[in-house]
Amino acid sequence: MSSISRDEVAHLARLARLELEPDELDHLAGQLDQIIGAVGQVSQVAADDIPPTSHALPITNVFRDDVRRPCLSSEAALSGAPEAEEGRFRVPQILGEEQ
Amino acid sequence: MPTATTALPSFDDVIARFDPVMGMEVHVELGTVTKMFCGCSTEFGAEPNTQVCPTCLGLPGSLPVVNRTAVESAMRIGLALNCHIAEYCRFARKNYFYPDMPKNFQISQYDEPIAFDGWTEVTVDTDDGPRVVPIGIERAHMEEDTGKSLHVGGSTGRIHGASHSLLDYNRAGIPLIEIVTKPIEVEAALAPAVARAYVTELRELVRALGVSEARMELGQMRCDANVSLRPRGTTTFGTRSETKNVNSLRSVERAVTYEIRRHAAVLDAGEPVVQETRHWHEDTGETTAGRTKEEAEDYRYFPEPDLVPLAPSREWVEELRGTLPEPPAARRARLQGEWGFTDLEMRDVVNAGAMGLVEETVTAGSDPAGAKKWWLGEIARTANERGAELDQVGITPQQVARVQELIGAGTLNDKLARQVVEGVLAGEGSPDEVIEARGLAVVSDDAALGAAVDDAIAAMPDAAEKVRGGNMGPVGALIGSVMKATQGQADAQRVRELILQRLGE
Ligand SMILES: [Zn+2]
Repeated sequence: MSSISRDEVAHLARLARLELEPDELDHLAGQLDQIIGAVGQVSQVAADDIPPTSHALPITNVFRDDVRRPCLSSEAALSGAPEAEEGRFRVPQILGEEQ
Repeated sequence: MPTATTALPSFDDVIARFDPVMGMEVHVELGTVTKMFCGCSTEFGAEPNTQVCPTCLGLPGSLPVVNRTAVESAMRIGLALNCHIAEYCRFARKNYFYPDMPKNFQISQYDEPIAFDGWTEVTVDTDDGPRVVPIGIERAHMEEDTGKSLHVGGSTGRIHGASHSLLDYNRAGIPLIEIVTKPIEVEAALAPAVARAYVTELRELVRALGVSEARMELGQMRCDANVSLRPRGTTTFGTRSETKNVNSLRSVERAVTYEIRRHAAVLDAGEPVVQETRHWHEDTGETTAGRTKEEAEDYRYFPEPDLVPLAPSREWVEELRGTLPEPPAARRARLQGEWGFTDLEMRDVVNAGAMGLVEETVTAGSDPAGAKKWWLGEIARTANERGAELDQVGITPQQVARVQELIGAGTLNDKLARQVVEGVLAGEGSPDEVIEARGLAVVSDDAALGAAVDDAIAAMPDAAEKVRGGNMGPVGALIGSVMKATQGQADAQRVRELILQRLGE
């Protein structure tokens, strides 16, 4: 039984703002299924006493002081933008509502 | 008011039949010098995109590093709200596509908030006197603010109809603390006031902690209000709506009132309440529908791999606990005692957000009643007219105290003092500068007043004759005439003496 359905792949594609054709969905669903299956092998060897790991290094509490550092100039900040206007990044029409 | 509102049942009708459950989510922007995860300045009002760096722009290869002061502020807020501080917690990625977050995710906290399970209490007025209402705190967690968008080409800057949008990321990455209450169950009649009192309480608390100025008009404190309603006598929770962007104390009260009435209208019509976000419109006093639950985002939270977990030691937590200021309720009680104010007077001061200002004014030498009179009178009126907060309206507690001092010294009378305050509020300078520039000091020297008194007596011979004959009734009219002639600048007491001197001879 596959671990990820075609519908779930379609949902993920929507969330990632990817437009996928039906045959691409089939193709990717198969590939993702294999990837999830491979990762799933880890679960099989992990015993109950091993908690899920999010961070590989046993480090906590890394901080910096609340001290200003130089920022980019507005020109530098906007230099990689496809379009800029009035010192701001210009983006195409936003569909949907305010977040 | 549009018909939608007139069709709603009245608030009094609704509160007789329904009980609400509320939940409040408040975002507080911390007043740290730098952002949450980078060293960019957080100062308000800079030119667009001048307080940005690769990290807060989400450029490839950049890595976040946590601001220690922001974490301490978060823990102090948690402690002040009687929360537990997590022994271990992680940041999480909240994934969504929206241009206000250049990374396409926001670093937040998900199921491991830094602070959880606390409480506070608020006091509201009832017909039976003040009532203390406990408010449970579900959690307080850390996250980063978003950038600011400017929608171009549509009407009034709205997103709908806009042809494109412009983004300024100066605000992106500023530390935010989101504070979420447990369900608040209180009788409907009090619900709007409780919501407002809670937000007021939080604002006072973060200001007292010194972690944020919490200026709502600048977006430093933002509020979402969840409301659900159930017919009295039933026990199942109703479906809730979440009203976004309720960004003034007055709006909190109005929005909750509106939503309670709207829910009642839906339930009365036998329709189901839709779980959705609602947008609050300050101008119409209404909410409109936003996203429904079905359309709700799927944020796919996961532990932030670029930040190591936090594990605040208990020593650190206790050290921070030691820095907490006096709790707001205790401070209120202490100040009320010191000032000798009645419950009602104190409530007015607190509701006006003037407690700290009155305190500073008294510290600067004013009597409490005088301080209260100015902050709740002239200054509050001006603040209202300008839509500004009391402490931003252009007069300081020290200046108010100086005005009171000049009244005490007889240099100003009430009328002149009002003109002085008006001048200070108009940006004409300090009280002494306004007095100098406008020539406002009380005239009490006899030579200057004498002529005006003689004129008044000459102009009102009947009144003068009566006084000569021992009838003191018309003295007031004579004084009034002198005050008018001197444009209110005469020392009324001295004028009276001069009139009696002349007419008694
Ligand atoms: Zn930055």
